[in-house]
Amino acid sequence: MGATTDARVDEWRRYVQRKAAIAASDVDEMEAHLRDQVDDLLAVGLAEDEAFLVAVKRLGNVDALSQEFAREHADRLWKQHVAAPPADGDEVPELGVVLLLGSVAALAVRLGSGVLSAEAAVGNAPLLVLPFLAAYFAWKRRISLAVAVTGLVTVAALAVVLNAYPFDGFEGTHVLALVHAPILLWCVVGIAYAGGRWRSHRRRMDFVRFTGEWVIYYALLALGGMALTGLTAAAFVALGLEPDVALGEWIVPMGAAGAVLVAAWLVEAKQSIIENMAPVLTRVFTPLTVVLLVALFVGLVAGGDLSAVDRQLLMVMDLVLVLVVGLVLYAVSARDPLAPAGWFDRLQVALVVCALAVDAVVLVAMVVRIADAGLTADKVAALGLNLVLLVNLVRSLLLSAAFVRGRRPFDALERWQTGYLAVYAAWAAVVVIVLPPVFGWA
Amino acid sequence: MHIDKDLVAASATPLVLAILGEGDSYGYAILKRIRELSGGDLDWTDGMLYPLLHRLERQGLVTASWDTVDGRKRKHYALTAAGGDALAERRQQWQVVADALDRVWRDVVPPTTAPARGLA
Repeated sequence: MGATTDARVDEWRRYVQRKAAIAASDVDEMEAHLRDQVDDLLAVGLAEDEAFLVAVKRLGNVDALSQEFAREHADRLWKQHVAAPPADGDEVPELGVVLLLGSVAALAVRLGSGVLSAEAAVGNAPLLVLPFLAAYFAWKRRISLAVAVTGLVTVAALAVVLNAYPFDGFEGTHVLALVHAPILLWCVVGIAYAGGRWRSHRRRMDFVRFTGEWVIYYALLALGGMALTGLTAAAFVALGLEPDVALGEWIVPMGAAGAVLVAAWLVEAKQSIIENMAPVLTRVFTPLTVVLLVALFVGLVAGGDLSAVDRQLLMVMDLVLVLVVGLVLYAVSARDPLAPAGWFDRLQVALVVCALAVDAVVLVAMVVRIADAGLTADKVAALGLNLVLLVNLVRSLLLSAAFVRGRRPFDALERWQTGYLAVYAAWAAVVVIVLPPVFGWA
Repeated sequence: MHIDKDLVAASATPLVLAILGEGDSYGYAILKRIRELSGGDLDWTDGMLYPLLHRLERQGLVTASWDTVDGRKRKHYALTAAGGDALAERRQQWQVVADALDRVWRDVVPPTTAPARGLA
């Protein structure tokens, strides 16, 4: 094979590599193919540049090929799935829709805090904001009427449950319901995000990725917002004016509501300049969390008084497990499923083992205490969540251990995680809808 | 002969699994083998084989490894145990389809001997 072909192959590589869905290793693989084909064509008497042209043509149209790769490797494309062709002139500009929906959400929150009691306003805030986020994706993904109606009915049902259930004051089952309701609302957002195709494993994983990035953008916007309001307040106070009402009742709640939409738009619109952040944070915090868990385990076994283990520790433990499940989930979301098992996969197995060990100690202590003192709604919610997370982690451990030893493909762990998302929703629904009547609204 | 693209797509996975069942191989060789087996009638767009191989790899039906032969980096694929099971299952399914077609075609006139219509 001559220098002409080498130069041509280099040119072809540069062209193909511009496609986001085709990784460098795929180009390597296809280059070998191209060169094999050119060799065979030279052997039957074609000239060098003819052979190259025929070989490239047989390999196929690069756009079609890139689409086919994208279908198999959705993770690679996620970073720039906004790279869809720019809207035509007569379409509604996306930022306009975002700003409109954000403003309406902000007004809804402001109106809510004007009409409702302070506690009810806080409790209903997700109900007043997240449907507009769902509406944004409903508009963007052009969801079907049936899906839209399902979403609206779910939101309406939640609104009824949270406000019409005869709760005994702002505590116990009421607080539990308010804490779990946003999870269900987030599922509605997810269904809109997936364009109604919420059963699809890929779409669910995309929504997990979206959620991680959204949290990060929202936190950044909140930080910026806090700095700005702090400066404004300081300036007005220095002028001898009282900015409390304007800031506390108008700007902060409305800004917090509007930022939900803006953060979502930023996630959608950002270009591929930066890596997704959530997986990067996962890499940083997985080793640190292992250290934390080991310390916790030693503390529990050596120093802690297990008879004093109470509900609060169980709740803290639940949060630790949420963190561990989150770390596993975000590591999975960013991992190339075809890469062989590496040190990070082993570290993750260690993380899950530590989490399970700590949780086992807390659970045993807790069950003993419940046997003595009886069940309350709080304990059921805490225990149930613990169980839900525990089942996920045990199965994740089995699957990732099998993957590290080369027995199962990584895909199995990925599918387990996205499939399990439905369990979180189901458990949240139980806490919101079933627990209050069972425990007499207490 | 032109073969309908749905049919090409449907037969792709069992063909690739079966060829890897004959022994480890790599992309270009797999395509050559497919042309050889079909007398050149099953003609793919070559590049499309690779996303398919990657899907099989993700599903754990094949494993892949890189090696370098004569300075050329190649990705070799091998059937796993799960891939062997999948192959056996596909084979049974295709056997049913082939048998059914075979039976129904025994009763109809083959297209090659059908009377020519109006052409002198």
